[in-house]
Amino acid sequence: MQQIIDRRLAGRNKSIGNRERFLRRHKEQIREAVKRAVEGRGIRDIAQGEDIHIPRRDISEPVFGHGEGGRREMVHPGNKDFVRGDRIERPKGGGGGGGSGDASDSGEGEDDFVFHLSKEEFMQVFFDDLALPNLIRTTLAETPEFKTHRAGFSSDGTPNNLHVVRSMRGAIGRRIALGSESRRELHRLEDLLETLRAQPDSPARAREIELIEADIEALRVRIGRIPFLDPIDLRYRSRVRTPVPTAKAVMFCVMDVSGSMDEARKDLAKRFFILLYLFLTRHYEKIDIVFIRHHTQAQEVSEHDFFHATETGGTVVSSALVLMEEIIRARYPRGEWNIYGAQASDGDNWHDDSPRCRELLEHDILPLCRYFAYIQVVEQEQNLWHEYAALAEDESRVFAMRKATDVSQIYPVFRDLFRKEGVAK
Amino acid sequence: MSDTFDRRNHGRAASLDEYGGRRPHAPLRAPLPLTGRPAQKLPGPSDWTFELLDQYHTVIRSTAQRFGLDTYPNQLEIISAEQMMDAYASVGMPVNYRHWSYGKEFISTEKNYKRGAMGLAYEIVINSNPCISYLMEENTMAMQALVIAHAAYGHNSFFKGNYLFRMWTDASSIIDYLVYAKNYVAACEERHGLDAVELLLDSCHALMNYGVDRYRRPGKLSLTQELERAKDREAYAQQQVNEIWRTLPPKSGRDASEREAPRFPAEPQENLLYFVEKNAPLLEPWQREIVRIVRKVAQYFYPQRQTQVMNEGWATFWHHHLLNTMYDDGHLEDGIMIEWLKSHTNVVFQPPVGHPAYSGMNPYALGFAMYSDIKRVCEAPTDEDRDWFPDIAGRDWLETLDHAMRNFKDESFIGQFLSPRVMRNFRLFAIDDDDTEPTLEVSAIHDEAGYRALREAMSRQYDLGSREPNIQVWGVNLRGDRSLMLRHTQHNDRPLRDNAYEVLKHVARLWGFPVHLESVGSSGRVSQRWTVDPGTV
Repeated sequence: MQQIIDRRLAGRNKSIGNRERFLRRHKEQIREAVKRAVEGRGIRDIAQGEDIHIPRRDISEPVFGHGEGGRREMVHPGNKDFVRGDRIERPKGGGGGGGSGDASDSGEGEDDFVFHLSKEEFMQVFFDDLALPNLIRTTLAETPEFKTHRAGFSSDGTPNNLHVVRSMRGAIGRRIALGSESRRELHRLEDLLETLRAQPDSPARAREIELIEADIEALRVRIGRIPFLDPIDLRYRSRVRTPVPTAKAVMFCVMDVSGSMDEARKDLAKRFFILLYLFLTRHYEKIDIVFIRHHTQAQEVSEHDFFHATETGGTVVSSALVLMEEIIRARYPRGEWNIYGAQASDGDNWHDDSPRCRELLEHDILPLCRYFAYIQVVEQEQNLWHEYAALAEDESRVFAMRKATDVSQIYPVFRDLFRKEGVAK
Repeated sequence: MSDTFDRRNHGRAASLDEYGGRRPHAPLRAPLPLTGRPAQKLPGPSDWTFELLDQYHTVIRSTAQRFGLDTYPNQLEIISAEQMMDAYASVGMPVNYRHWSYGKEFISTEKNYKRGAMGLAYEIVINSNPCISYLMEENTMAMQALVIAHAAYGHNSFFKGNYLFRMWTDASSIIDYLVYAKNYVAACEERHGLDAVELLLDSCHALMNYGVDRYRRPGKLSLTQELERAKDREAYAQQQVNEIWRTLPPKSGRDASEREAPRFPAEPQENLLYFVEKNAPLLEPWQREIVRIVRKVAQYFYPQRQTQVMNEGWATFWHHHLLNTMYDDGHLEDGIMIEWLKSHTNVVFQPPVGHPAYSGMNPYALGFAMYSDIKRVCEAPTDEDRDWFPDIAGRDWLETLDHAMRNFKDESFIGQFLSPRVMRNFRLFAIDDDDTEPTLEVSAIHDEAGYRALREAMSRQYDLGSREPNIQVWGVNLRGDRSLMLRHTQHNDRPLRDNAYEVLKHVARLWGFPVHLESVGSSGRVSQRWTVDPGTV
């Protein structure tokens, strides 16, 4: 009859389905917010949640209700000095004062409805935009891989990890340790018995022998009670999970910041860089990012300057490649670092410079790189594109290039990269 | 399962031996005597344990039995804060179908809770049989005792006793029905897509308050009854035949067309969802079933919306009375008393007008004050009380309270039992807000001349009929474009809120053909008019 049920362990996250439906309904706002967040955030901070603001009116559920006007009588508590027939100024607005206590919940001018998008949900929306295939999504969103390996022995574990030899050795040790005292005593008594038996017969001797024999019997029983194998003897192979040892990586972001690269194109480029960054975080624990922007001259800058400063001028792409090579030689020796390059440009280059770019890439940079991806954010093909296209023909090269005028077109650039990943496994 | 649920709502009027053949207990005339004082007090640490809960519950139960509280069996469940928010989000039910609005609810509750802007209610109690009360794990022992007394005995006995709950809800089948509803909606989502179901549910929710029956439908007549009535009618018509009129030629024109197109529905219908479910031309069977589910859930909650003051007041009165009695009997320690009393005081605090926390009457405060006052009138009536309540002054308080709990809803409860003393204590005053006047007028205050007017105004304030706009199905154009005409009859010339058009879009989505809404003022003229054509939405 009387029952108290503990429900605490059951049914957590019961309303997750409702939350999914809520997110689905406000996909547009969320996508907008994610887009803004991607613009505003540093590449490294991309994998975080985000607060989403939704205007109140978009989430209201309309029902019929009374509006202002007409005649109504309201009863309020806490009369101070009113008497019947007093006339009061109509209070302005709904909430304040004594006027309309029955404030409606649909009042305007309220704050936006704000809620927090979790990291997983944020990445989901981000990947949606990029049209990433599912397999890739899961690989990117995953935490770094762990490998289990043996690390000595432990006293608890699962039976399949039982180390028989160690356990038995432990058991022998324990049996020796626990039984030694009794055994020594036993030997002493046995010797004594021996000598007694050698002596001539007498009633006293017989009694003594009897006593000693009883003692010996008791000791034998005691020794016999020492278990052959005790739970404390068991030893298991200990396996620990350690992150897969990873090397360091450096990622070069090279971008054209001449006047023709407007905000939208930069945003496109940024997503391109983010994707590469996410790919790298999966493989490497320490990742450096070097931002190189260039117009006629190249410069290493902070992330903020990289994405937000605009300069005008011509374009000499090779300047950036030269700088990149210098930085690699100075700071990132090839033996220690995995070098990745990502270049975004609108394809506009000073005419004579493009062949030089190709040469630089082919002879100096690609041999150092694990992978180099080029993305052109406009449709029109210019000489830089043609030069690079010649590079890309050779399939053995670690080089990929693609035109992307929309964020959903970025992913194919990485397809090779991910495919190689699949093969390597 | 849905069948039994249905029968409850549409069957004949409740007879005494319905509901499992149980007659309500006759109320006790006086509390039963105490069987014996305990040897020692219940331990009062701040942390609860299962044993302690059990001990407290045993004492609370025996105390409640002394006062004859008739309850469903109790099922106490310990839940975490997150589960409490889950329960919040699905309108207090342990299971419900999925809908984005519950997700929204959960998110905002969670946010407020995490910010500390809001404490969670320390209890949720479900009108089911057995009656489920949720106890939050964060509560201290004193709070758990308070919640058990409040929910498991206060609310529980109200659910079992009040006539609205007896008439409209079936405690033993609600959980099963919700499980059915959840599965049905999930199956529809799978078959017809999330979007289709979501749109439908949105539209139904918009009309949820108009999906309740306020009165029982008459039961279906059997064939013999039907035939008998037809015979009676014929006989009556025969009596009325006047041979002279029979020779008149039938009039052509207006009469004929009227006869051709009988009015549909014959009488205005106030249950919009029911009308939609039965008559919307284009709905698929599964859509009708979902409309029905929403309607059933709305009907289930209808009594709760009508008895806020009574229900909360009753529960508050009883936790106060039970725990105090337990203290007098020597069960409770002082520390426990101080703690629950502090919380009780917060609950029944009524901020006055102009106070930053003021947001209308506090139903806990008003209800608690009224039940306490009824008890006082019974036990120690003054001359004023004898004047106002001649029938209850000096009667047995248990019996009177039981009667007051069983047979009223907020509106009538206040109209019947709000005493001058309570009005004085709350310093109530009424404000008349007439938009034809430049200023507001204080129409009544807590004085001899104002008591009756105040009580009447207060009672009206809790009348759902005047709180919500009165909108009914007026007619369907059967011969023409099949458009549905709704009519809003204004109460005191109060117009509809601006979003009426938005709601009407939902109606149009359900109806599938154009929908009109007319708002009729006191003069009888249509003052506002909206039209939605589903083709354009």
